[in-house]
Amino acid sequence: MKLLFNYLLFPGFLFSACVGLIAGWVDRKVTARIQWRKGPPWYQNFVDLMKLLGKETIIPQGASRMTFLLAPFLGLLSAVLVATILGVSLRMPLESFAGDVIVILYLLTMPAVSMILGGSSSRNPLASVGASREMKLVLGYELPFILSILAVIIRSGGSIQLGPILNQQINFGSNLASWPGALAFIAAIFCMQAKLGFVPFDVAEAEQEIMAGAVIEYSGLPLAVFRLTKAVLLYTIPLFLIALFWAGNLSWLALTGKYIAVLVIIILIKNTNPRLRIDQAMRFFWGPVTALAGISVILALFGL
Amino acid sequence: MDLKLKALTKSIWVFHAATSPCNNCDIEVLDLLTPKYDVERLGIVLVGSVRHADALLVTGVPNYKTRERLKKLYEQAPKPCVVVAIGGCACGRIIFQDSYNSPCPVDEVVPVDVYIPGCPPKPQAMIAGIAKLIKKVRGEK
Ligand code: SF4
Repeated sequence: MKLLFNYLLFPGFLFSACVGLIAGWVDRKVTARIQWRKGPPWYQNFVDLMKLLGKETIIPQGASRMTFLLAPFLGLLSAVLVATILGVSLRMPLESFAGDVIVILYLLTMPAVSMILGGSSSRNPLASVGASREMKLVLGYELPFILSILAVIIRSGGSIQLGPILNQQINFGSNLASWPGALAFIAAIFCMQAKLGFVPFDVAEAEQEIMAGAVIEYSGLPLAVFRLTKAVLLYTIPLFLIALFWAGNLSWLALTGKYIAVLVIIILIKNTNPRLRIDQAMRFFWGPVTALAGISVILALFGL
Repeated sequence: MDLKLKALTKSIWVFHAATSPCNNCDIEVLDLLTPKYDVERLGIVLVGSVRHADALLVTGVPNYKTRERLKKLYEQAPKPCVVVAIGGCACGRIIFQDSYNSPCPVDEVVPVDVYIPGCPPKPQAMIAGIAKLIKKVRGEK
């Protein structure tokens, strides 16, 4: 009963979706203000979803029906699961289970996998281009992301559980305040930008060149689920980074402030950069970002 | 009033179908997205895929080739979907009426909901047209 409540309502689905949609609005509004526009009202993203629910769902001819319809849900379910695990362990660090960092890492890749599945099952050339780009991007950012998390794990005495990682930071100060932590955080921020599919790493759904890429054939409910997944991720991934790097103070107010700070970083990067080509993005991730994450792992090993 | 229909009027995703216009209308449509008019405050965004569209903006006179494409586009769009004819060309073919390659006006190919005349229409006129369209969809006077 409590599990279901956790999953569906409080740190899980409803809460994370609402926060994510509002964060999405903040993003749209700030973007608009930067371009001297007015921007949409705060309830815009909710209205968008509501509208998509009322639209017809079209399944393209020759597409694989089951995969096409189920792929978006795969992404949403795992994103919500991450939100639940994170939310519960942030409130009660002792309730985390062994190895949950690894579980979260796997689950956070699922939305990208669902994009790839959905895109390639929809029998559209542009969608397969989008799916293949997404695939390459996953290969690109997973390596530095895991490396930077490795630095945190080393710092907290090799524990792969959220609870000890949080406790270590509560007792000895945030990871961000140390050299390896700070370097790993910078690397992780770039990876987060790519995970969220924001500019400069939005090649997988570039609106102008490949017309929304992997989601090109989606309409109605499945499209709404994809957007909801995006929203939940926009809540979850920054929170995950905060839990790993910046968890010195876990009161409600501090968490909200930190979340907003990370959101501002995301929006700033998004609005001040052009889109990278896929080869540039790969070179970026496997070059400087991996090097940064690697250095932080080495520094952490030396116990700095 | 149906909640989903109401949501539709507050978040119109627009797909721009140029059926051989002179391109002047298209430039004027893009004006709507600039800071001065900024239609995103009304929830209107331009989308790249017709599967995401709630409104089809048609500019220009269909010729033998684009006529077929326009028909297909309308069939591919998820319903409910409205069609807006922008510019004199799309509304009534103006000077191209007797042209050798203009078989029919837009409204003989797809059902048009709003006509916005002008050559090209002003951005203000387009916003006024969209406002009337919203009223029509909501069933108000
Ligand atoms: S209405 Fe005028 S401006 Fe618009 S496409 Fe036709 S000729 Fe060009």
